[in-house]
Amino acid sequence: MADLAIETQGLVKVYGATRALDGIDLAIPRGGVHGFLGPNGAGKTTAIRILATLIRPDAGTARVLGRDVIHQAHEVRSLVSLTGQFASIDEDLSGRENLRLIAKLYGYGGASATGRADELLEAFGLDDAAAKQVKNYSGGMRRRMDIAASLVATPEVLFLDEPTTGLDPRSRNEVWDIVRALVAHGTTVMLTTQYLDEADQLADRISVIDHGRIIAEGTSTELKASVGAGSLHVRVMHRDDRERARGILIRELGVEVEAMSDPQALVAALEDRGRVTRAITALEDARIELAQLSLGQPTLDEVFLALTGHAAEPGDDAEEAA
Amino acid sequence: MTTQTAPQTAEAAPRPAAIASALASGSRPRRPGALSESLTFGWRALLKIKHSPEQLLDVTLSPVLMVLLFTYLFGGAIAGSVEDYIAFLAPGVLVQSVLIVSMYTGATLREDIDKGVFDRFRALPIWRPSALVGMLLGDTVRYTVAAAVTAIACLFIGWRPAGGVAGVAAGTAVMLVFAFALSWIWTFIAMLVSSQRALMGIAWIAVMPLVFGSNIFVDPSTMPGWLQGWVDVNPVSHAVTAVRDLMNGVSAGSELVWVAGWSAALVAVFGTLTMWRYRDPR
Ligand SMILES: Nc1ncnc2c1ncn2[C@@H]1O[C@H](COP(=O)(O)OP(=O)(O)OP(=O)(O)O)[C@@H](O)[C@H]1O
Ligand SMILES: [Mg+2]
Repeated sequence: MADLAIETQGLVKVYGATRALDGIDLAIPRGGVHGFLGPNGAGKTTAIRILATLIRPDAGTARVLGRDVIHQAHEVRSLVSLTGQFASIDEDLSGRENLRLIAKLYGYGGASATGRADELLEAFGLDDAAAKQVKNYSGGMRRRMDIAASLVATPEVLFLDEPTTGLDPRSRNEVWDIVRALVAHGTTVMLTTQYLDEADQLADRISVIDHGRIIAEGTSTELKASVGAGSLHVRVMHRDDRERARGILIRELGVEVEAMSDPQALVAALEDRGRVTRAITALEDARIELAQLSLGQPTLDEVFLALTGHAAEPGDDAEEAA
Repeated sequence: MTTQTAPQTAEAAPRPAAIASALASGSRPRRPGALSESLTFGWRALLKIKHSPEQLLDVTLSPVLMVLLFTYLFGGAIAGSVEDYIAFLAPGVLVQSVLIVSMYTGATLREDIDKGVFDRFRALPIWRPSALVGMLLGDTVRYTVAAAVTAIACLFIGWRPAGGVAGVAAGTAVMLVFAFALSWIWTFIAMLVSSQRALMGIAWIAVMPLVFGSNIFVDPSTMPGWLQGWVDVNPVSHAVTAVRDLMNGVSAGSELVWVAGWSAALVAVFGTLTMWRYRDPR
């Protein structure tokens, strides 16, 4: 079983009346990125913290690279790294001091600790800020600093808990590049996220988690395939036309058509792609002008809706647009 | 506004190729060992003092105020004169100032836990108590500063320790060992409570009987019997007596054994409790 990076059986963690984890079974192979997708409070952080030996499960077993997280915790710690959801670097110290501290704790001597720190600072584009206290760093710099601190000794498995939450699109792309570099090196990355496009972009396989349970698992293509034939996205030119267009689409497609928060947009989850042509002709006949029209694979958003019966995250649209 | 010297360049970006080579060269050296790990954490505490030396201000100011207050307020009433009282009070007030400063160790720890810094330390393959041991070792520097400033204030108002420099140094050493041991009470409380404020509240309640129910300020022979009973077992009283004897150039004898015993017991009990909570802190 040592060829699995992560293996859990019936993992449970209870906080008072909350079952943060309610029986999680995982079997994650080595290499690549495994996505852990779920809304706020789903239990992502709790699962990651158990796997990184920071907290103990109330029931069930977990093995990382074949080592038990309770009875072989020290061995697990020497093979994995965690970049938590919230920065875990010392804000009062400079970036270089933070990395030297960790390098020393891994056994680097004085000069080689400084060498290792500088190597990482340069690689992460933090060399200019190396002498500044971390409390003066921007959000994106902190994130990179935090990830750099997790790579002082190259881990075999890296846990990244929501590495891009709260970052601007540019910083988010930078973090994605870092994750790709890790994967190319052969590190197994386990990444949690609330962003469906992030899981889609990075993860080879995805576990969808909700209320402490895994509700679906597979590649992003498999998950999408499980919800139907894809979707039709329509954006009308004039918002007054939307309700009329919706009626026509419902009639012609024979499925429910959802009005999105964008006052001009409509989305329909298709059952039969063949009816799309007719529907568009019907819109044309009704003299409804279209600003945009696309026929897509289902998005993970739709997957999530289909799996859980509720949207991935309230306010997700706003976040995505930020 | 045309002479902007610092150009508004965008932040530097990470370099994937350099990251790849940094990953390839990240093989692990040998494990450093418990002592070296603890000293590294001690170094961290010193770095924090370097970055904000003003944190030494409050640890030095309040002991000086205590000395002045007690000496001039009670000196005449308790010992007849300020000179006589300072000879009695100085060693005790040194211990007191170190004890009060030691409570801030708990506050620092709570802050580190709240900020998530300890999550990283706890995830490292190191001797688990080293983060705490190192923190306490680093804090002995603050204790030493507090003791030194208090001693200088006492010297200034007429304290002339009979034990001389050697006696004062020996007394200070005993005091630091005792403070290190007692600090494990604060680290344990820091693990129990959920905020720094709650921590300081509880710590003050705990430190009151230790400091005032002792022989720091007055000779216990004037106290009621039940209080004398407490003063006799209070570890702070033993520490104060030992420090007083050493600084007065008298042999501290059995009191040193008491202090050693109490220190070992405090570390054994509160060190274990702290580490038990450290496994799974809230
Ligand atoms: N230390 C704790 N004490 C009490 N309840 C907790 C604790 N940690 C987590 N919980 C609860 O457990 C549940 C799962 O929390 P968890 O942090 O694992 O979710 P998450 O998926 O990481 O959410 P988010 O996306 O908001 O980070 C939540 O209901 C949370 O309130
Ligand atoms: Mg979380």
